[in-house]
Amino acid sequence: MGYMCWSSEIAYSGGMARFAADVPTRGGFSFDLCQRNEMLLKKGNQLPTFRKTGTTIVGLVFEDGVILGADTRATEGPIVADKNCEKIHYMAPNIYCCGAGTAADTEAVTDMVSSQLQLHRYATGRESRVVTALTLLKSHLFSYQGHVSAALVLGGVDITGPHLHTVYPHGSTDTLPFATMGSGSLAAMAIFESKFREGLTGQTEYLRNHQLPNPRTYVSSRGYNFLKGHTEVLSTKITPLKSKVEAAAEVDEMEE
Amino acid sequence: MDIDLSAPHSMGTTIIGVTYNGGVVLGADSRTSTGMYVANRASDKITQLTDNVYICRSGSAADSQVISDYVRYFLHQHTIQLGQPATVKVAANLVRLLSYQNKNMLQMGVIVGGWDKYEGGQIYSVPLGGTILKQPFAIGGSGSAYLYGFFDQAWKEGMSKDEAEKLVVKAVSLAIARDGASGGVVRTVTINADGVTKNFYTGDSLPLWHEELEPHNSLLDILLASGSPEPMST
Repeated sequence: MGYMCWSSEIAYSGGMARFAADVPTRGGFSFDLCQRNEMLLKKGNQLPTFRKTGTTIVGLVFEDGVILGADTRATEGPIVADKNCEKIHYMAPNIYCCGAGTAADTEAVTDMVSSQLQLHRYATGRESRVVTALTLLKSHLFSYQGHVSAALVLGGVDITGPHLHTVYPHGSTDTLPFATMGSGSLAAMAIFESKFREGLTGQTEYLRNHQLPNPRTYVSSRGYNFLKGHTEVLSTKITPLKSKVEAAAEVDEMEE
Repeated sequence: MDIDLSAPHSMGTTIIGVTYNGGVVLGADSRTSTGMYVANRASDKITQLTDNVYICRSGSAADSQVISDYVRYFLHQHTIQLGQPATVKVAANLVRLLSYQNKNMLQMGVIVGGWDKYEGGQIYSVPLGGTILKQPFAIGGSGSAYLYGFFDQAWKEGMSKDEAEKLVVKAVSLAIARDGASGGVVRTVTINADGVTKNFYTGDSLPLWHEELEPHNSLLDILLASGSPEPMST
């Protein structure tokens, strides 16, 4: 009953400072630094921005399975922070998940559920099912009430067939034959709505950088030279790193 | 007009539950919106709780999905412990308890409907806040605002299954015509002693109401059908 204990956990951690250290730490958000953050904001400092992936992620169910697609641009405000980032995350050998929203949140939540799925595989001895990943993701996101900003397109093929789901930051899910998420979702959905039909065929493979729509065009074949004297050197300090060879100290054998 | 894609997923909806002699008919539209964008035009808002009890969800998609999941889990346990199918009253009260006790954190209005051997077909309304109200028919969601007058006039006790289903479909279709947050297809679930029947009615099978226009094929389809090359190739 994660979400029902939510408000009581906040009250609990607020009072933690007064108790002795024998109270064990609980999981979840720690609100200890909130006061300090507010003080800094009042002083005029600005909160660092999240790295958001302004993204297009899509998924499609076809004859024998599921296709997931994503762009590779990660932005920090108006700047492209990563030109070739990986938005299709591994969840299980038969399940992958595209993530849009805050990059850290999508990475963290997909990594976490991927580990949970692996443990579940060991415990059950079976291939993971897409609905398992879905339930783990939706309960985590719901209990954080939308603060974990991860919008996901989850797809995979398990013993019950191909599945495609969308998961929203507040924890709601939809099951669809084709789905798009992210800031580019409207454009992508326009294509799907006009061209999708049941019974499409395809093959399973991983095509990283399948298309490069914005390649770096001007690349000098002679390479780039940064001639001496073009940049002003203000000061020079050289610290030679001497390599030391030490005789290994006597090490005690580890006791059984 | 800026579409806010980070708005929480909500189902500005039309949901209806109606009793007839022998069971209940539940109906809903299929639109899930994120702000002004339709995130899912074919969602299924009538969710199963047990073999004989279904719930129509409206309000926050996440909240209503999670509550339905919890109630389904509790009812499953309850059925095992009881040794027979759970009653509609128990199902509705479980929804009500979760809804009332977490009223500060939840935003959902639901209609629970089903059939059991003790009381027959029953409809319970559990709106925002967690009230529970047993009614011969119930309407909910943003589209229901347009249906109060309609039901006052069109509802009658002791309808047959077909009459009830036609009433529900007509009502949802009227609400879709007037409510921007409702749309898509009309889904119905009929529950009685014989079991559960699910239907769905696409837009073109529904009558056109006042000032509604005939649907036109998209220009793209017309162009393609006439054999000319695609206007935009990939």
